[in-house]
Order: sequence, then structure tokens, then C-alpha cells
Amino acid sequence: MDTESTYSGYSYYSGRSRGSHRHGERSRDHHKSRSKDGSRSEKSVTINAPPAEPLLGDSSVLGEEVQDDNWGETTTAVTGTSEHSLSQEDIVRITKDLEDSVGLDCRRYFSLTLAVVLGLLVFLTPLAFLALPHLLWPDKLLVCGTACEGLFISVAFKLLILLLAVWALFFRAPRAGLPRVFVFRALLAVLVLLFVVSYWLFYGVRIMDSQDENYQGIVQYAVSLVDALLFIHYLAIVLLELRQLQPAFSVCVTRSTDGETRHYNLGQLSIQRAALAIIENYYRDFSVHNPALLTASKSRAAKHLAGLKVYNVDGPGNNAATGLAHSQSRAMIAAAARRRDTNHNELYYEEAEHERRVRKRKARLVVAVEEAFTHVKRMQEDEQQQQKKAPGDVMDPREAAQAIFPSMARSLQKYLRTTRQQHCHSMESIQQHLAFCITNNMTPKAFLESYLTPGPTLQYGRERWLARQWTLVSEASVTSGLKEGAIFLLKCIDFSLVVTAKRIPYIQLSEEFIDPKSHKFVLRLQSETSV
Amino acid sequence: MSFIPGQPVTAVVQRIEIRKLRQGEHLILGFSIGGGIDQDPGQNPFSEDKSDKGIYVTRVTPEGPAEVAGLMMGDKVMQVNGWDMTMVTHDQARKRLTKKNEDVVRLLVTRKSLEQAVKHSMM
Repeated sequence: MDTESTYSGYSYYSGRSRGSHRHGERSRDHHKSRSKDGSRSEKSVTINAPPAEPLLGDSSVLGEEVQDDNWGETTTAVTGTSEHSLSQEDIVRITKDLEDSVGLDCRRYFSLTLAVVLGLLVFLTPLAFLALPHLLWPDKLLVCGTACEGLFISVAFKLLILLLAVWALFFRAPRAGLPRVFVFRALLAVLVLLFVVSYWLFYGVRIMDSQDENYQGIVQYAVSLVDALLFIHYLAIVLLELRQLQPAFSVCVTRSTDGETRHYNLGQLSIQRAALAIIENYYRDFSVHNPALLTASKSRAAKHLAGLKVYNVDGPGNNAATGLAHSQSRAMIAAAARRRDTNHNELYYEEAEHERRVRKRKARLVVAVEEAFTHVKRMQEDEQQQQKKAPGDVMDPREAAQAIFPSMARSLQKYLRTTRQQHCHSMESIQQHLAFCITNNMTPKAFLESYLTPGPTLQYGRERWLARQWTLVSEASVTSGLKEGAIFLLKCIDFSLVVTAKRIPYIQLSEEFIDPKSHKFVLRLQSETSV
Repeated sequence: MSFIPGQPVTAVVQRIEIRKLRQGEHLILGFSIGGGIDQDPGQNPFSEDKSDKGIYVTRVTPEGPAEVAGLMMGDKVMQVNGWDMTMVTHDQARKRLTKKNEDVVRLLVTRKSLEQAVKHSMM
């Protein structure tokens, strides 16, 4: 097994030697680190089987490097993994996608049909109240006077206003699927239902059974129903929209993989609605999650663990099980402390070297892009008539982008490789961005900005969004409100967001009055006189 | 040299007699003063108590009448010819020192080293 690792290292190196010597330098680093692990495992091979972790770590890194190299560079022969292999994460992602799409649709349609039924009931009820006496006992009804007809207009307009208001508040595309039912909406629906049912009950018992002739009274009853519905709509606005506008809690959101933290002010919301607000802000504020940046610390941790192995020389059954575990862990910690640890030194020099390399490549990239942009110029309208440029010379933005792209492609790819962003940008997306920048007269610096700094998640393609895979993990019920000190987790596949809520302090503001005439000044002198 | 408001000021003083020197039509004493109740006491580099608004000697010209008489830089002037100098404005102090009809001024000055000398001699 030991020889396997060194063999794969050689094949990787030989394949790469076709590239520039910079690649050779990087693969040499790889080779060096792998040989280091190999030598360490060699030491332990004499006693026990070599540890599995460094080997697995190496092959996954190798696989990543080969997978990402899909444009602009010659590919090499692959040893272990193939380019089309799926990682465990991808499989989980696909199955979750399938489950979620089916489950969510069912729930959404169910709630949609409920809402439609309730809406129809609410709108048709006043009309039914007005129409039923004419249908059931038309001969007994008193003639409707002018006041009564005036009330018809009032009913009509109030129903119109109610229709518009309900359309404005509720007829919006749902922006999220929450795990539990939205408590306020459910309460309001129940209230409306109870209300309408009680009106129908009263109508059925007192008016239909007794066949009341006073039509004006019936019309006024219908008007009172519509008024009450408008007031319930006002209640809905206050509960659903206005109540959470005043900020009451300050939440601190930390990403678990790299510790990026942001703070938001939220109103009084339930935990699931707060989670929704936080996720929407996450897509805008947090830089995109880049797993390639975390491999360095993981490899350091793996090296730590791989360095020590504890063996029990007294044989089994000598100590109690717990005593054995304790002594083992203590021995490991003591050995780790005693080992002259130069990891910090390595880290320091590695980071300095990386910083220098990034800056060098950035300088080359900036120069290449600036040069490329000088080649393309917007054609003026009169140029075509004056100089009569051949139609072959005139290009649309996409063609212009494709024409100047090759001159900057190499330096851009190298820069992305060094900052480990190469899997976030495909060649197609870069060309599209270039065409966009050319069309909008942007400078080379504006074009480069999206590659120099990692932007928010929404800036990248849809496959990075992972918008359907959030899980809310909370000890308190998710429909309960936010409280001081509430902690919950928003888990995505690769990382999780840890959210802590704190109440915004009650601020006591006091006033101090300053009389404008009280601003008076004196000179402070220290003069010296000679006598 | 600190004072307690309402209590008489006590200090160990040295009597210094300066003869004015005639220079042209001016009579000079050969030193400079600073301080006064209309001045900022915090900027006085010689006072111990930074709220002391007394008159201090800020400079002594070398080989002048004041130096010959034994005046030193940093001395606080308590009396001039019997007139009090602890509660006067800067200009009043200047006037008391530069009266044209006086040839001799007798100062009472105090400094820190005087008190220490008295203490040592008493021990």
C-alpha cells in the first residue's frame, strides 16, 4: 500500500511536466507532502498497517485537481478516481432534491386549495345574503327603497376594496416552504371561517327560517358582514406584516466552516420565519461557500492524528476498560505536547509564500486583462458610413468577447487556480461576463472585480445556490417566537449556520437643554514680563 | 507653598534686596515674572500646586542685579516693598516692581529648598 502512494505521485508528476514549470512546482509540493506522509507511514509499517487517512486524503485531493482541470489545460492520465465520479455529497444532494420536490408540491397545493375555497366562501357570502331572499320568497319582500339601494353601492365598493386588498396581501408567489404551518395565517383562516359560519348560522336561523320581509335589514346585515371582513383584513395586515417591522432582536449568524459572521436586526418573529429572513440575507451578504479553501486545515488535522499511534504492550484484559482509554488518551496528549511541534512554522511560511504567489499572479492577470481590453473598441455610428468597415470586422458583444478572451484566459485560469476558485467559474460564464462588461462600457477593473473577491452566493450559477436543502435544527418548537438567548442551526449539506438571538436593549434617552446664550469663553493667558 | 483657602498663608521666605540698574532711561531689575490672578495657573512650570496664582520668577538674566542679589528662577514672590504679591494681577505686579521713583526693591521670596533647609536645621 505504501508503494501505491508513491507510484501515483510519479504518474501525476510526469503528466504535469508538459505544462509550465509553475505547475511542476506545485506538483512537486504535492509530491513532497505525499512522500512525507508516505515516510511517516513507513515508520509505522514495521509495527502495524499504515493509517488509512493520509492515503484517502491524497486521492480525494488528486481527484479534485483532475476534476477541476476541464478547460484550457491538457489533462493527464488519472490514477484512482475518474472525472465523472460522484462524491457522497452529490448523491445526497440529488436524493434530497427528488424527495423535496414531491413533498413540497403536495403541501403547497393543499394549502392553495384551502385558501381558494375560503376566499370564494368569503366573497360569495354577502352576495348570497342579498340574492337568496329574492330567490326564495320574492313575493313577501318589501320593496327596496333608495336607502336600501344606496347600500347596494356600498356593498359593491367594499367588496371591490376587499378584493383588491386580499389580492395585494395574499396573492403573492410563495417565496419559501416552511417546515411547520404558518401560525398567524392559520389562526386568521380559522377566525374568518368561524366568523362566516356564525353569520350563516344567524342568517339561516333568523332570516331564512322565518322568511323575514324587511329587505333593508337584510341588506344592512350583508353590509355589516363586509365591514367586519375589512376589519379582519386590517387585523391580518397588522399581524402578518406590521408586527415584525419594529426590530426587537439582534441575531448573530456564524458559518460553521470558516467563521464568517454577520449580525441582523429582526422583529418579533417565529423561529421559522426568522430562519427564512436569515437565509434570504445569507444569499446576499455572505461570500460563497468554497470548500477548496478548507482543505489546508483539514490536512493539518490529519497530519496531527496520523503522527501518533498508541499501543498497549501489557496485553489485553490487564486494565479496566475505562482506565485503558484514559491512559491511552493521556499518553497521546503527552506525546503530542512533547513532540517538538514545528507546524506553526510551516503554516507561517506557507501562508507567506501563498500570499506572494497570489499577488504575483494577480499582477499578471491585471496587466493581461487591461491589454485585452485595449483591443476592443465600441464602434461609433458614423464610423460605419465614413470608413466603411467591412461587415466581417463588425462584431456583436459575444463575438468580441470570444475574440479577446484567449489572450487573458491563461493568466485568469492560473489566478483562479491559485485562489482555489476555479470550480466556481466555468469558461462559459467567464465569456458571458466579459460580453456583459464590454456591452456596458465597463473598465477592466470592473470586469476583474468579480474574480478578485469572492462575492455573495447569488452571484454564481444556480447549482451553487442549494436553495432547496436547508434544514432547521432547533431545540425549541419552530413556531414559537424568538427569545433572548435562542440558538438554532440552519444546516445545508456542506456547512451550517449557527444563529444566536439577543434582545435589543431597552434604551433610556434623557434630555439636556443648552441655552444658546450660555456659550461663553475666556482667554487663558500666561504672559511673562521682564522687569 | 500650598494654601488652604481662608487660612493665612505661611511660608519660609528669604529677603532679597535688589538695586535697580540704570540702562538708558529705564531702571531694570534683571528678571522676568509670570503668573497672576488673571492668568492660567496650569501653565506655570514652577509651581507645585497648579492652582497657585502667585507671581513666579520665570527667568533671571545672568549677571543682572537680581542674580547678584541672589534671586533664583522659580522663586515665588510673596511681597515687594511691603506690598502683597500673592493676590495681584500680572499687571499690578509689574507696576509694583517698576516704580520709577524707587531705586531699591526688597522682595520676600519663597522656594521649596528653603523649607527643606529649615527642616534639616531643626532636626
